[in-house]
Amino acid sequence: MRRLLVPLRRPVLLTRRSALLGAAALTASACDSARPRAGFLGTMERVNQRLQEALFDEDQLAPELAPEDATAPGDFPQYFVSESMPLAPGGWALKVGGLVERPSVLSLEDLRRLPRTEYRIRHHCVEGWSAVASWHGVRVSDVARYVGADPKAGYVELRSFDSGYWSSWDRPSAFHAQTILAYGMNGQPLTPAHGAPLRLYSAVKLGYKMVKYLTEVNFLPEPTGGYWEERGYEWYAGM
Amino acid sequence: MFSCRIVRAPESRRPQPWPIRVAHWVNVPLLVIMAGSGLQILAAYPMLGAQGRPYAWYPFQGIPPPAWARLGDWLAGARSWHFAFGGFLALNGFAYLLYLALSGEWRRRLFFPRRDTRNAVSTLAFYLRLRKEPPPQELYNGLQRLAYTGALVLGVLAVLSGLVLYKPVQLGALARLLGGYDTARAIHLLVLAAFVLFTVGHVIMVLLHPRSLGEMVTGGRRPDA
Repeated sequence: MRRLLVPLRRPVLLTRRSALLGAAALTASACDSARPRAGFLGTMERVNQRLQEALFDEDQLAPELAPEDATAPGDFPQYFVSESMPLAPGGWALKVGGLVERPSVLSLEDLRRLPRTEYRIRHHCVEGWSAVASWHGVRVSDVARYVGADPKAGYVELRSFDSGYWSSWDRPSAFHAQTILAYGMNGQPLTPAHGAPLRLYSAVKLGYKMVKYLTEVNFLPEPTGGYWEERGYEWYAGM
Repeated sequence: MFSCRIVRAPESRRPQPWPIRVAHWVNVPLLVIMAGSGLQILAAYPMLGAQGRPYAWYPFQGIPPPAWARLGDWLAGARSWHFAFGGFLALNGFAYLLYLALSGEWRRRLFFPRRDTRNAVSTLAFYLRLRKEPPPQELYNGLQRLAYTGALVLGVLAVLSGLVLYKPVQLGALARLLGGYDTARAIHLLVLAAFVLFTVGHVIMVLLHPRSLGEMVTGGRRPDA
């Protein structure tokens, strides 16, 4: 009866309790709130980006709103990352470069000569608030045509004089009919509080993707992150 | 007469078949994560209504939710938790609904006003001590059917209003159906409040009827066993 001499060892079982504790520990290590773009949270950001890209329809437009829907001018939040309000340097002009046939330096006058687009739509901030204003300017897609952007440039980078604030966009969102380089708000020239002399405006992204105080637009083959994106905010941030 | 039954009739099944138990317990951590991260997101702008147009009916304008109820530490962290796990909650709910529909379990679980109203009222009267004996019941009484069906409706509303907040432009038709972005945001928060009330009531009832907790763990005894 040799069998009986074998010490009775409890088999190592994956009990319900240890499985639950393990799952909790795994979740805690893979979900680090301080690094939301890494670990499991980062993996799910990439999964969700795929879903958002699949859902994106270039023909889907944000509804144009009536004048009475507009937020009172004093209630439309202003925001910049510099200590004080950034003011355009003298002789400001927009540099447009990257994979383009005709790298250009465009003044506001040059931009105003391109086709003008105007709309009044709802703004969606990452914080959760919404506000309404009308914006006018030139479509990014019209600027792209003007400088001869290469189809291989799958991304658009936007840089500013607001302490180096920047972002980068996927091409379909940047070329959406409601994505513009805005030089005006509510029928008036853009004010420094809202990004003068030129800012990005769009229906299809959260507010932090809409770079203000623009200095450069670059058509690039790779995405180049962004100010808030480097700090942990979602890169795609589609609406 | 020829008949073909793919599935067992609900009446001859355990009180809590395994798909229902799995869906139920998977919900627990997911709902905690979604509520906590949602409240941390709300803390970034603890107002309801568009800028300059706060809703007059909302009593907590400008008051952030308590820190102990929040998850994710800051806005970007909380958003990442919310969007990482929200899809799983929706999938779990979808799988549950699919199981209810295909198994026939919907017949003994969902609330049908004609069938269940009288029983629900009698059960409520019993709990309020207006009636000595509880009304006869099968798996669930009318009040339970009302509560669990209500929780399902809340789940559907949570997912739909959440989708509007996530994609108010691409899902423009859904946004219009729910009254626009800011209305959807209010619905999303009210659904959370209703879920909290449901959970409090649910836990109290489970404490009063501990056998139901055992059934949700083991499945309970088969009627013919």
